[in-house]
Amino acid sequence: MPPTSAPPPAPGTAAHPMVEIRSVHKSFGSLHVLRGIDLTVRTGEVTVVLGPSGSGKSTLLRTINHLEKVDRGWVGVDGTPVGYRRSGDKLYELREREVLRRRTQIGFVFQNFNLFPHLTVLDNLVEAPTAALGRPRKEAVASALALLARVGLADKAQAYPKQLSGGQQQRVAIARALALEPKLLLFDEPTSALDPELVGEVLDVIKDLAHQGTTMIIVTHEIGFAREIADTVVFMDEGRVVEQGPPAQVLDHPVQERTRAFFSKVL
Amino acid sequence: MSAQTDTLPQPLPAPPAEDATASTPRIVPLRRTGQWAAAVAVLALLAAGLTSVVRNDAFQWDVVADHLTTASVLRGLGLTLWLTALVMALGFALGTLLAMGRLSRNPVLRSVSWGYIWLFRSTPILVQLLFWFNIGALYPQILGVDTVHLLGPMAVAVIGLTLHEAAYAAEVVRGGILSVERGQLEAAQSLGLGPWRRLRRIVLPQAMRAIVPPAGNMLIGTLKGTSIVSIIAVQDLLYSVQLVYHRTYQVIPLLLVATLWYVAVTSLLSVGQYYVERRYARGTAEAR
Repeated sequence: MPPTSAPPPAPGTAAHPMVEIRSVHKSFGSLHVLRGIDLTVRTGEVTVVLGPSGSGKSTLLRTINHLEKVDRGWVGVDGTPVGYRRSGDKLYELREREVLRRRTQIGFVFQNFNLFPHLTVLDNLVEAPTAALGRPRKEAVASALALLARVGLADKAQAYPKQLSGGQQQRVAIARALALEPKLLLFDEPTSALDPELVGEVLDVIKDLAHQGTTMIIVTHEIGFAREIADTVVFMDEGRVVEQGPPAQVLDHPVQERTRAFFSKVL
Repeated sequence: MSAQTDTLPQPLPAPPAEDATASTPRIVPLRRTGQWAAAVAVLALLAAGLTSVVRNDAFQWDVVADHLTTASVLRGLGLTLWLTALVMALGFALGTLLAMGRLSRNPVLRSVSWGYIWLFRSTPILVQLLFWFNIGALYPQILGVDTVHLLGPMAVAVIGLTLHEAAYAAEVVRGGILSVERGQLEAAQSLGLGPWRRLRRIVLPQAMRAIVPPAGNMLIGTLKGTSIVSIIAVQDLLYSVQLVYHRTYQVIPLLLVATLWYVAVTSLLSVGQYYVERRYARGTAEAR
């Protein structure tokens, strides 16, 4: 895809993609982490982002829900940018309240789970629906229990996060993200902090979500997993998208030399 | 096998049965003669000290007993407790605001909060209290009312102690907030929780674990520190006993009255701190 800065489409038009990333640049001080990223994720698709450490994968993911502001370019979710209001050819930064409202439509799963340690598993799941969406607690508790059952942790509702294994904690974190019924789920290396034997249970939950047609972007190092569930694999290096396409193409018949070199070492 | 070796753990597998006592030598602990000598010496000194306290009539324990629960002493104790509670509450409320100022993105708020903490920590509380007591010299009238009438000794005590307390409380609260992992805030943000909700529900409860121990320290310090208001004639616990001994010259027994009350209250507070700490340790490894 040529790195042109196409104007963002107006919201509400039919068949706009779920996520659109156009010419995104981001620097931390003198470190140029994202150097013009273009990426499109269609509704219902699973996109897996692979690449060496420091290639900007996580930063890219964090720009999508505005945890990281971009320096240049444009990130749209469901037709509108998360942190900005578009008027003509300008993007006006939104007030935090607006950003937070839009964030409830995007679930984010962290590498280190980031569960709230002082709240029970159930309260971790109930907090956002009641506080951010204003749902009645009773209703939120009912759907939280259903979500816990779905990730196989119905009996852990009253436990505190530190009493669970890493794999269980990450499954709770996924359930917590799902509690807001997001349109899009973002995973930032969801299994990197886990003991090898606990990786499978978390991947199973993510696979289950993929089969139900949840739109997801997953940053990971699990290449076998990418092959299994990705509709699109994106290979990033040094702040750029080097190559993207179906897993069979990118993983097995990469066009770019850099992609070939990377996968020949890790596969 | 002798009875003695029965009490020792047998090596596994069992050694050849010719002579078990020879193959598993007995362990003889080192005799710590020095430790015993030191303990005896310290206990002897302690006993000598206690005897002198009990035998020395100058302590006048009967006078202590007479004054321990007189109405004026209890009134003074009540004022000390009330002043401590008020100064802690107001000091921590202002301190929390200052801590948020120091952690703010706004450079003006950051600098002003820093300046406040710098100023109020760099002068002795005694000087600050005398300054507020004499504020009438700078501003004879405030809002058309004579300063002397507006700010009595009690008001000066509350204001002076609170402003001083807030500077320390701010650093305690700031340290607590900084102790909370950054990921917690990001998780709360990504779940769409607003800034007030994040602070109240996610950050402060976790910060409390780091805030409670130094805050408990400050509470005990403040309780004793309020005795400084006796110099501006606020009738706290210390000033109440001073009023008596200025009349009767029974200085030591009356200071003992105040001492016993201070010790009693600080001991109670230490017990309370234990339970508060346990409350905020929920969900951590120690509280399992």
